[in-house]
Amino acid sequence: MVNFILKKLLSTLITIFFVSIVVFIIIELPPGDFTDSFAAGRSDQGEVVSKAEIENMRALYGLDRPVHERYFKWIWGIVSRGDFGISFRYKSPVLFVIGERISFTTYLALLTMLFTYLIAIPIGIYSAMRQYTLGDYFFTFAGYLGLSIPSFLLALLLLYFSTKYTHTTVGGLFSPEFKNAAWSMAKVVDMLKHIWVAAVVLAVAGTAKVIRTLRATLLDEKSKLYVTAAKARGVSGNALIMKYPVRAAMNPIASTLGWELSYVISGSPIVAVVLSIPDMGPLYLTALLSQDMYLAGTLLIFMSLMTIIGTFISDILLAILDPRIRLGIKI
Amino acid sequence: MKIQDDNSKIKYYTASQWQLIWWRFRKHRLSIVGITILSIFLIFALFPEFFAPYGPTQRNGENVFCPPSKIVFKNADGKFSPVPHVYGFKRERNKETLKMEYVVDETNIQSLKFFVKGEKYKLFGILPGSIHIYGVENGFVHLWGTDNMARDVFSRTIFATRSSLSIGVLGLFIAFVIGLVIGGVSGYFGGWVDNFIQRLTEFIRSIPTYPLWMGVAAAMPKEWSPKTVYFMMTIILGFIGWTTLARRIRSQIIAIREADFIVAAKLCGASDMRIIFKHMIPTFISYIIVDLTISFPNMILSETSLSFLGLGLRPPVTSWGVLLKAAQNIDTIMSSPWMLIPSIFVILAVLSFSFVGDGLRDAADPYSEKS
Repeated sequence: MVNFILKKLLSTLITIFFVSIVVFIIIELPPGDFTDSFAAGRSDQGEVVSKAEIENMRALYGLDRPVHERYFKWIWGIVSRGDFGISFRYKSPVLFVIGERISFTTYLALLTMLFTYLIAIPIGIYSAMRQYTLGDYFFTFAGYLGLSIPSFLLALLLLYFSTKYTHTTVGGLFSPEFKNAAWSMAKVVDMLKHIWVAAVVLAVAGTAKVIRTLRATLLDEKSKLYVTAAKARGVSGNALIMKYPVRAAMNPIASTLGWELSYVISGSPIVAVVLSIPDMGPLYLTALLSQDMYLAGTLLIFMSLMTIIGTFISDILLAILDPRIRLGIKI
Repeated sequence: MKIQDDNSKIKYYTASQWQLIWWRFRKHRLSIVGITILSIFLIFALFPEFFAPYGPTQRNGENVFCPPSKIVFKNADGKFSPVPHVYGFKRERNKETLKMEYVVDETNIQSLKFFVKGEKYKLFGILPGSIHIYGVENGFVHLWGTDNMARDVFSRTIFATRSSLSIGVLGLFIAFVIGLVIGGVSGYFGGWVDNFIQRLTEFIRSIPTYPLWMGVAAAMPKEWSPKTVYFMMTIILGFIGWTTLARRIRSQIIAIREADFIVAAKLCGASDMRIIFKHMIPTFISYIIVDLTISFPNMILSETSLSFLGLGLRPPVTSWGVLLKAAQNIDTIMSSPWMLIPSIFVILAVLSFSFVGDGLRDAADPYSEKS
């Protein structure tokens, strides 16, 4: 087991290294740099910025250095002192700008995952056990619908109906009175009151997928001989279902946990933008649009890190659940 | 399929693979519904000029954010009539809020005409025409209201069908080509090549998809023409979708690589190319079609989401995402909720593709037969 974890850890570290390169390439892609878009923004407002001033600014931010030099400088800063560079737009260190947002994204992702599995696992088991009943049909259709509605649209619809019928908006993360308050139990409760909407919106597609997978594998497992054998020995009712086919059907669920998380993180910026949740999403969008490269890059790295850690955990979980994988036996 | 008499038995056992697939497929009622809806969309995409009462950028004077017209089956005297009629709108100042508002003008009732002459257009850029499927004789009719520039939302949605579907098809095609090459090489040759490609795919999957492609899409310079952006978007969509397809193609190839008939072909001295194209591809082509159908919704959703964020297609190109971008803030949705109507098309398209995909999957599986 220790060997297995070490091996996984090593490959995870290599992945993180490659991710950092890709991220840097992407933030280098747009022609021009922050100073250009800064100058363009200023001249839009009628201010004249001279070429020399721009060159000066470029040198100040180190944007005149060659690409590889900037990459290694950036990485070295991260590795040696946890310095992710500065955000040009906010004129302060990237980590300071991101601040609490990273924890909001984490809460949102965790809560979404929690919702997904809390809802999907019981429904999946129910659907498989009561195949072709009204309930099964209902959940199958709801699943189709859940996969077809773009998450931002669901968020928009929730915004619309909540504003129309309850006259409160579901957007944001805190009520006004808690916005600048120190963390307290009341503030946590207030956050949960707001964040659940985004979590539900994000969880819908994932839930539909998990229900589908679980239902399909359970139907497969249910008719296998080991279940018949268990039945023949007198195991019956819930114990029969929960102990045998459900246990086997958990493996594909555990192995896709990492992807599920990646999916949630991937979809969260759009939902966060619509529901104006001050997490990493909206910041990422504005950073991209204003070519605030270190900020955008750092956010992308953080989002990738979350999915990589999620995949790592799901690998470990799968190894615990299934000894065949732990011992490297080919199935 | 029930096999009753000898005749149908002969028909069944001599049917080709595609015939069997079609027989199984048409038993799925939802898939048939799906394929019907998709055909309608395809017709919309081919002839939007005819199905849209107005051009995609045609403005209706000053009528900004005009609400949808209600269809009534009454004539001007208020009596029942089998011909659908619509009321016009007049603008009035609200006495309480002093805002200009649209009020239904009961005196201005018009019959909704079919196949009316309207704005001239050229089908496919060559065939001149001026007949639209519906319209009114005087003024304008907006069944789905108008947007911030007084353009007909319904017409724009019909026109958007073309770009949304075509960008999905092109994106899927690119994804398919990349997936076929990478998955094919990986599965056919195996060994270290396979290992390397597998690591690479896993690595790409570890970066969250949307943020990654948001980054790439944001890199498109603002000076680019909408057409260039359109083609860049197809490439981006292709790159979003290829990993899943490559994995499926690889697993299909691995499954039959060691099959007896492939080994036999090899022993007979067939070349790699011949084995791949003559023996392997016909074996799993049906599965690949299924995978393509199932991947299509993802393309539509990606395009819609990216355009919604303002990172995808840009006006004057109209796609479903571009249309929904106009409904981005809560104030617009509250005052003119009809701006959200185009989303019906998105949901219907995605839903239909999922139905068809699932029907095809069951139909393509030779073991799903219970006879």
